Amino acid sequence: MRYFQILKVAYKALGRNKMRSSLTMLGIIIGVAAVIAMLGIGQGAKKMVNAQIASLGDNLLNIFPGSFMSGGMRAGAGTRTSLTEEDAKAIKEKCPAVLRISPVVRTGAQVVAGNLNWGTSIEGYSTDFPLIRSWPLASGTFFTEQDVKGATKVCILGKTVVDNLFAGQDPIGEIIRIKKLPFRVIGVLSSKGQNAFGRDQDDMIVVPYTTAQKKIAGITYINSIIASAVDRAKIDLATKQVTDLLRQRHRILPGQDDDFTVRSQLDIATAAGSTSKIMTILLAAIASISLIVGGIGIMNIMLVSVTERTREIGIRMAVGARGKDILTQFLIESIVLSLIGGIVGIILGVLTSKVISVILHWPIFISVVAIALAFFFSGFVGVFFGFYPARKASLLDPIEALRYE
Amino acid sequence: MDQLISTDHLVKIYKLGDYEIQALRGINLSIEKGEFVAIMGPSGSGKSTLMHILGCLDRPTKGNYFLEGKDISSLDRNSLAGIRNQKIGFVFQSFNLLSRTTALENVELPLLYNSDYSKEKTEKAKKALSLVGLEGRENHYPNKLSGGQQQRVAIARALVNDPAIILADEPTGNLDSITSMEVMEIFQSLNNNGITIILITHEKDIAAYAKRNITFRDGKIVKDEIIPVPKKAKDELLSLPPVENEEEI
Repeated sequence: MRYFQILKVAYKALGRNKMRSSLTMLGIIIGVAAVIAMLGIGQGAKKMVNAQIASLGDNLLNIFPGSFMSGGMRAGAGTRTSLTEEDAKAIKEKCPAVLRISPVVRTGAQVVAGNLNWGTSIEGYSTDFPLIRSWPLASGTFFTEQDVKGATKVCILGKTVVDNLFAGQDPIGEIIRIKKLPFRVIGVLSSKGQNAFGRDQDDMIVVPYTTAQKKIAGITYINSIIASAVDRAKIDLATKQVTDLLRQRHRILPGQDDDFTVRSQLDIATAAGSTSKIMTILLAAIASISLIVGGIGIMNIMLVSVTERTREIGIRMAVGARGKDILTQFLIESIVLSLIGGIVGIILGVLTSKVISVILHWPIFISVVAIALAFFFSGFVGVFFGFYPARKASLLDPIEALRYE
Repeated sequence: MDQLISTDHLVKIYKLGDYEIQALRGINLSIEKGEFVAIMGPSGSGKSTLMHILGCLDRPTKGNYFLEGKDISSLDRNSLAGIRNQKIGFVFQSFNLLSRTTALENVELPLLYNSDYSKEKTEKAKKALSLVGLEGRENHYPNKLSGGQQQRVAIARALVNDPAIILADEPTGNLDSITSMEVMEIFQSLNNNGITIILITHEKDIAAYAKRNITFRDGKIVKDEIIPVPKKAKDELLSLPPVENEEEI
């Protein structure tokens, strides 16, 4: 029996009981739509988290000094002053997997502009800061190599600082005082909002790291180093190169612990990614339950259909249908039922997701993979729940079936 | 003539709980190509059981059944289905047509299960329908056809795969006498064209159209006689007043 013929027979059989077929399909439709919408919401959330993490700088590497150790007492990470400007320069020269690098000098200070003041963090970087952190300026210009070399008193303000010190006025060209020293505002950073851990990233002032060292903090070491790898795939290589170089520069013998830590943004992204992945799986699992319930509906209706059509099965067997032919026929019927349900469910799921994203401003991402998965899963439900009724039909005794009233 | 069917001590026992019912008690039967056999007997005499075995719907408990010289009493379900499809055409008392399926599609049904599924199935089905005088009614549904016409569709379905035997189980049981005559006329003309027909009936009138009558009782053949001059359904139909021959619904 050719498949086209079987499909025709299946279509006719389903068309005979339109109400029943559509109600059975409804179970699958709701199941598939729920899976699609839940996956869409889950993946949307994942994309949002990823985008936030990527906003910190895609290929970012953080190099912290190790913990300070004195006679067995160990302070926390970053308390040592083992990183220097020379380390940063050496990394830039000798690590080919590292593209850009900037020393970080961090301090805090009370900042005064006119009659307003604001306590904020002062961060010193090299000129590569906007590129490493993928953080463009909203207006003005960034400082130059000359500014770094000369430790000039220029600064770039974060959005929160502008709001607090200038209350809506354009700060560019204005003078602010950091620790009583006058700094000229040359630029304003674009707003990044809160980071993944809830800290306001816009509440800071960026200055050349030399200025931060000499004019503000009065130190010779640097707090940490940020660097960007050549590309995402090279992050691990860059980490290794930096580690090897710093161990060599700090004369750490094999077997001794590092006096620094290299951490990539990827580590954080992976952690955040796995959280949203668990959420997606959970949502999809709950939605799958409704798909299984839909499958049970199909099984139920197929069992009814086999009983109702016992005589038809007998006739078909009498004229030469083998068990396999009957099995195929009923299996195709349940697959058609569930696949049509699947297709309608996909359409409904996509529409529902769109409505959710518009009304609730929720980020929704519907992938082709999710749609394909839902489609094949509904087909699988058809096979799985259709098999038992179809097998029951195929095992009927032709004589009994012909006598059935 | 070639031997078409031969059975060797066929026994069929049905088990109902602790009871055993012997439906067939050792049937030795031989039917040749081109015969027209009527099997008669009261209900419960085992004639239907025999027909199920001859039609490969059932297997004997003991004994052998040779169809065209091949022992098929021990074949599996699938092989039996293949034989039903290729060698046997069934005609039932209650027609057993698929409702909501046109006459043509009903006749095409056995062709769907052909291993060498032919592209000319519609042609074959149309030819079979015209053989039973139903051309022009290919797209009628069974519920729009009279009983006689439905039975003719069933006969066309039995014919469509060029079977070796047509097995008819009380084919006139649900029909009035004139329509029965018409159906028997079709069987006789098919038989004249060389098709072997085995007919089960409990009506003597119907058996009188066959060339050989076998009578069953209690699972055994009690009488097996050749009818030298069978009744001719065609002649009888012609002798009827023409008005009553109308069969239009």
